[in-house]
Amino acid sequence: MIRGENLSKRYGDVDAVASTDIHIQAGAITAIMGGSGSGKTTLLRLLSGLDSPTTGHVWYGDDDLCSLSEQRLYELRESMGMLFQYSALLNSLNVYDNVAFPLHEHTDLDEEVIRTMVSMKLEQVGLRGFESMMPSELSGGMAKRVAFARAMAMDPRIVFFDEPTSGLDPISAGVISTLIHDTSKMNRMTSVVVTHDVSAGLAIADQVVLMWQGRIIAEGTPAEIQASTDERVRQFLEGRPDGPIPFSRSTTSYIDDLTHRPGTVRMAQ
Amino acid sequence: MSNGMINEQSSAAIFFGRMGRYAMHGIEQLGDGTRLGMHALSLIFTRPWQGKHFILQLYALGVGSLVIIIITGAFTGMVLALQGYYTLAKFGSESLLGAGVGMSIIRELGPVLGAFMIIGRAGSSITAEIGIMRVTEQTDALEMMAVNPKRRVLLPRIVATTIAVPLLVSIFDVVGIGTGYIVGVEMLGVNSGAYMAELIAKIDMIDLNGGWVKAGVFGFMIGMICTYMGYRATPTTEGVAKATTQAVVIASVGVLIMDYILTSFYL
Repeated sequence: MIRGENLSKRYGDVDAVASTDIHIQAGAITAIMGGSGSGKTTLLRLLSGLDSPTTGHVWYGDDDLCSLSEQRLYELRESMGMLFQYSALLNSLNVYDNVAFPLHEHTDLDEEVIRTMVSMKLEQVGLRGFESMMPSELSGGMAKRVAFARAMAMDPRIVFFDEPTSGLDPISAGVISTLIHDTSKMNRMTSVVVTHDVSAGLAIADQVVLMWQGRIIAEGTPAEIQASTDERVRQFLEGRPDGPIPFSRSTTSYIDDLTHRPGTVRMAQ
Repeated sequence: MSNGMINEQSSAAIFFGRMGRYAMHGIEQLGDGTRLGMHALSLIFTRPWQGKHFILQLYALGVGSLVIIIITGAFTGMVLALQGYYTLAKFGSESLLGAGVGMSIIRELGPVLGAFMIIGRAGSSITAEIGIMRVTEQTDALEMMAVNPKRRVLLPRIVATTIAVPLLVSIFDVVGIGTGYIVGVEMLGVNSGAYMAELIAKIDMIDLNGGWVKAGVFGFMIGMICTYMGYRATPTTEGVAKATTQAVVIASVGVLIMDYILTSFYL
């Protein structure tokens, strides 16, 4: 349903995403996993059309997202939702108005109907009764749950989740993971979840994509990924500090930098 | 060629290179800002209308800036009357005080000082607000909810400043002339009839129109510059702070340059 073809995104001299092909299956949950700085969020932003690729195309059926008119892009987005890493609630609106926002914008529904729908969505995330609170009064977990309710307000066909469980306590993270899974299955939604939470990603996904240095290094079902013998995959899944994926991103050796700095004494060979 | 000459040439090359880069960056920003602002303005005649948001912005800008405009207008009128009286007294022309205060305020000080106050009070907050929306991904959230942030965030603010500034400047003018009257007539003893008669006789419709046109142009500029700087702010805390400062500086200098251009047309 969503296809990324030869996607690249370059920031200065850095390829955040490099020559990547990805196929997101309709009605399935695809987890994009990888370490920090591996290009997951950049790929998500390219797939959602929030950023334009330096090269390549994103196809939604026959529509190339990169060459769509602004009007057509917004029409397409009416069937999308997104949960942002830091919630991105509109901080001038209270919880009710945030969740009701897409409904107010894109429907002519009666306010009573909207109220009922907002209540349902908030009940789903366990926050009914918090309608009048402002985003600044919410904890990080609560804000994320409100953002989830807002992303689901229009019952979208495609939803993007950017680190949905990061910064949450285990119970809230579990609730969000379950919500993503259950809602996606119930509504036959296409979900793309960017996460570095291995257990949550493997538990809810139908398809897993593993990234490193802006490229996809493995993809398959959770079982296939777990059975992979690729050292990079094993290191990421097991969280081992040593392996082919280095922890340090420094381009030069620290000892070399210290000992070759002008004015410093070189260590004896 | 001696080393000294080579150094001099390379310093000159660095200097002009740097100046060239600044100029190119400025031209790029001007082009980008104009394109963004015009894009936002082109959405004014398309659905969904932003009437409610425009009214909210007009209220926030207009009512929010009212007190500072009244205070600035009041003291500007008072100091003009005070200075004007002692200058005119040297020539025995105190009766012209009303005309002097009125013309200075309506043609020049009202639009310019009013614009400066609105830049400081509302323009900076527009840039900071939009910049923070960028930092916290609220504009991205609007995009993903199929709401065009240029239509929802930029357009109402540009239209609101264009309309609010002439209204606020009108209030500035009335307050300034009023306090000028109090200082001139009530405190310094200028004849009340002379003050009002000279004011009415010397100020033409062209002066009033000139003041309003200036205020409208300044309002439009403030809206364009402050929304642009916020929308294109680097999405970091420092980036928003820098964008806010730059917006105030660029808008203030822009007002002075445009004031000269418009004055040369109206004189």
